[in-house]
Amino acid sequence: MAETEKKGPSRRAVLGAGLATGALAAGMGRAQEADPLITEVQDWASSFGDPVDAAPYGTPIRFESHVVRRNVEWLTESPVSSINFTPIHALEGTITPQGCAFERHHSGAIELSKGDYRLMISGLVETPMVFTYEDLMRFPRTVTTAFCECAANGGMEWGGAQLEGCQFTQGMIHNMEYTGVPLRLLLEEAGVKPEGKWIYAEGADASSNGRSMPLEKALDDVLVAFFANGEALRKEHGYPVRLVVPGFEGNMWVKWLRRIGVYDQAVESREETSKYTDLMADGSARKWTWVMDAKSVITSPSPQAPIRHGKGPLVITGLAWSGHGKIDRVDVSIDGGKNWQTARLSGDVKPKALTRFHLDIDWDGSELLLQSRAMDETGYVQPTKDQLREIRGLNNVYHNNSIQTWWVRADGEVENVEIA
Amino acid sequence: MSKSLKLLACTVALTAATPVLAEKIGLGRPALPEEVAAWDVAVLPDGTGLPEGSGDVFTGDEVFAEKCASCHGDFAEGIDNWPVLAGGQNSLTNRRPVKTVGSYWPYLSTVWDYIHRSMPFGAAQTVTPDEAYAITAFILYSNGLVEDDFVLSKENFSEIRLPNEGGFRPDDRAEAEYPLFMGEPCMADCAGDLKVTKRAVDLNVTPEDPDGKPAGTLPPLTLAAAGDVAAPAEEPAAEAAEEAPAVETAAADPALVEAGEKVFKKCKACHKVGDGAKNATGPILNGIVGKAAGAVDGFKYSKPMQAAAEGGLVWSHEALAEFLANPKGYMKGTKMSFAGLKKAEEIDAVIAYLGTFGG
Repeated sequence: MAETEKKGPSRRAVLGAGLATGALAAGMGRAQEADPLITEVQDWASSFGDPVDAAPYGTPIRFESHVVRRNVEWLTESPVSSINFTPIHALEGTITPQGCAFERHHSGAIELSKGDYRLMISGLVETPMVFTYEDLMRFPRTVTTAFCECAANGGMEWGGAQLEGCQFTQGMIHNMEYTGVPLRLLLEEAGVKPEGKWIYAEGADASSNGRSMPLEKALDDVLVAFFANGEALRKEHGYPVRLVVPGFEGNMWVKWLRRIGVYDQAVESREETSKYTDLMADGSARKWTWVMDAKSVITSPSPQAPIRHGKGPLVITGLAWSGHGKIDRVDVSIDGGKNWQTARLSGDVKPKALTRFHLDIDWDGSELLLQSRAMDETGYVQPTKDQLREIRGLNNVYHNNSIQTWWVRADGEVENVEIA
Repeated sequence: MSKSLKLLACTVALTAATPVLAEKIGLGRPALPEEVAAWDVAVLPDGTGLPEGSGDVFTGDEVFAEKCASCHGDFAEGIDNWPVLAGGQNSLTNRRPVKTVGSYWPYLSTVWDYIHRSMPFGAAQTVTPDEAYAITAFILYSNGLVEDDFVLSKENFSEIRLPNEGGFRPDDRAEAEYPLFMGEPCMADCAGDLKVTKRAVDLNVTPEDPDGKPAGTLPPLTLAAAGDVAAPAEEPAAEAAEEAPAVETAAADPALVEAGEKVFKKCKACHKVGDGAKNATGPILNGIVGKAAGAVDGFKYSKPMQAAAEGGLVWSHEALAEFLANPKGYMKGTKMSFAGLKKAEEIDAVIAYLGTFGG
């Protein structure tokens, strides 16, 4: 940082301001005062900026230092078996940068090099196989953009509005463009026996996190990925290789993937029995609730992104997604769901990927109860929290895809609330 | 067909939009039996994958106390927010359900598999098959599902059924939910008068920035002049809390301290250091180097540690080094369920790092 001296308006600018006020009083269009950022030569317009060798791998400019993953300490006993949250309130478009995309580890993010990497296919196959990283790089590749959402995203909100900000209430999600090998090709290489109906994917870390899924899914759109957003996976996202399971809950996207087992039944591992199962009001539980249902949230305005510019033009921006396919439509309400208007879907709408929506309104400065409601290509409409509670009760923890309400106050501050 | 010919065939197939290859590409190599045995250790609900072995409740109690109780409690009741493994029967309809092996888990295979493959936390894959049988037997006993003379083995494993096996059903949202949420939704006059019924601010559990706003709140754009934003936009330095004991730090090799901070990641799950640190699964370690053993206020030490404290043990550099190299060898019965640091340089580094935190 070359220059931190605070610049005030120059004397000339202040003199000019007096004249400007006069002109405004006359009702005509000159700015109230000449802007010294324009009229005075600024330091950055005169001296050098950073040379090309200053940052061989760049990080965001310091003015964006608030845009980081954050965790909620009281949620878990240990930060190596915990979760943090994507700052979705501060991001736009649909692609999540790896450096601020949420992390969930069960035993910490490990360092596993490409040279030490091995992937085994075992179980009900003709030939159990071992692949090195180099082997994987020689298989035909595909590119897929997909959202990865933790099944517990919004899980703290079942009992009532709890956390202030969509980073914390909807931020267990990221969306990246992956390059990798279809799992189908690796399974074909080993030759799945006819009695093989399930696969079980397992990580190389100490938690050995593993999940079962039907063979049909594994042969459909599951990717053994090594690139995300054009570069190698970051350590915390499973470097060098992770599983990408479009539309399915994030826990199944096994990181540091080391083994695919083929079985005639589900393994029923700890992560798919004691966790990631959905306890219903009557004490019974759903299992194998893999697909993430259609959901949306307004990312700004939101509690961490209050309105500071006063009334007038206001951009309402948000994200919508569905594990069942493409987002078909997003409606926005500014009065708590009494009346709705359809938002614009901006950019490409891809299946099982985040979709950006925008609605531009003229805010009159009064209080708003902001909501968004996603519809996907199956015709499914995102439900309210009360509709879900009526079916599932309050102990569900996972798969809260309900409509979020933000209470925008007249001063532009925003709160997470429930309404009835 | 030779490998090169197969690859050629593959290249041709790739000219189609998506690779659809019935034929093998010829990459990778067959896994050796001993490699499969080393990695393919998952145990399935029908017992597939279980190795030979057995263990009784009494042995399980001992192994559990040594390897598991520091988080899960002596009776599998769970310490702090670590998982509760016993009890909770008939609690699944309560507002605060207690989901344990006895009250919730459907299959015993999951218990054995998880203990053997993923536990203890921070020292996974150090439990032998016999120990896994014994710990599993003890957890069954803690849940009142077997008597204290019970022996679990590969042979009788599948006879044990957990009470909640019938409590699960495959995903039924397609029938139970989706039909309710289909179709053209209401667009106008959809609700009557609405009131705010719950406010997150009332709970006051959101992480905050220093100004009391929710953590990560976007700074006002009106502060955007470079000079103005410099100070407030910077993250508070994480090292700030560690500046206080600068006197001790001055003597330590900064590179060694830095290396020690990395080593300490293995300890952080249980031990806290620095300003505001509190006892957790393990005691706080501020000022531990040179301090009397078993002397952190408010921490409940194991009996052997209490005895060592009464015997006058002081955590000198040498004593700490010996303890950290092999905690359970140095002090049988310590609650610290950590396998130990294998490298002398790691031990030196972590002690140097701990030395930077005053009491």
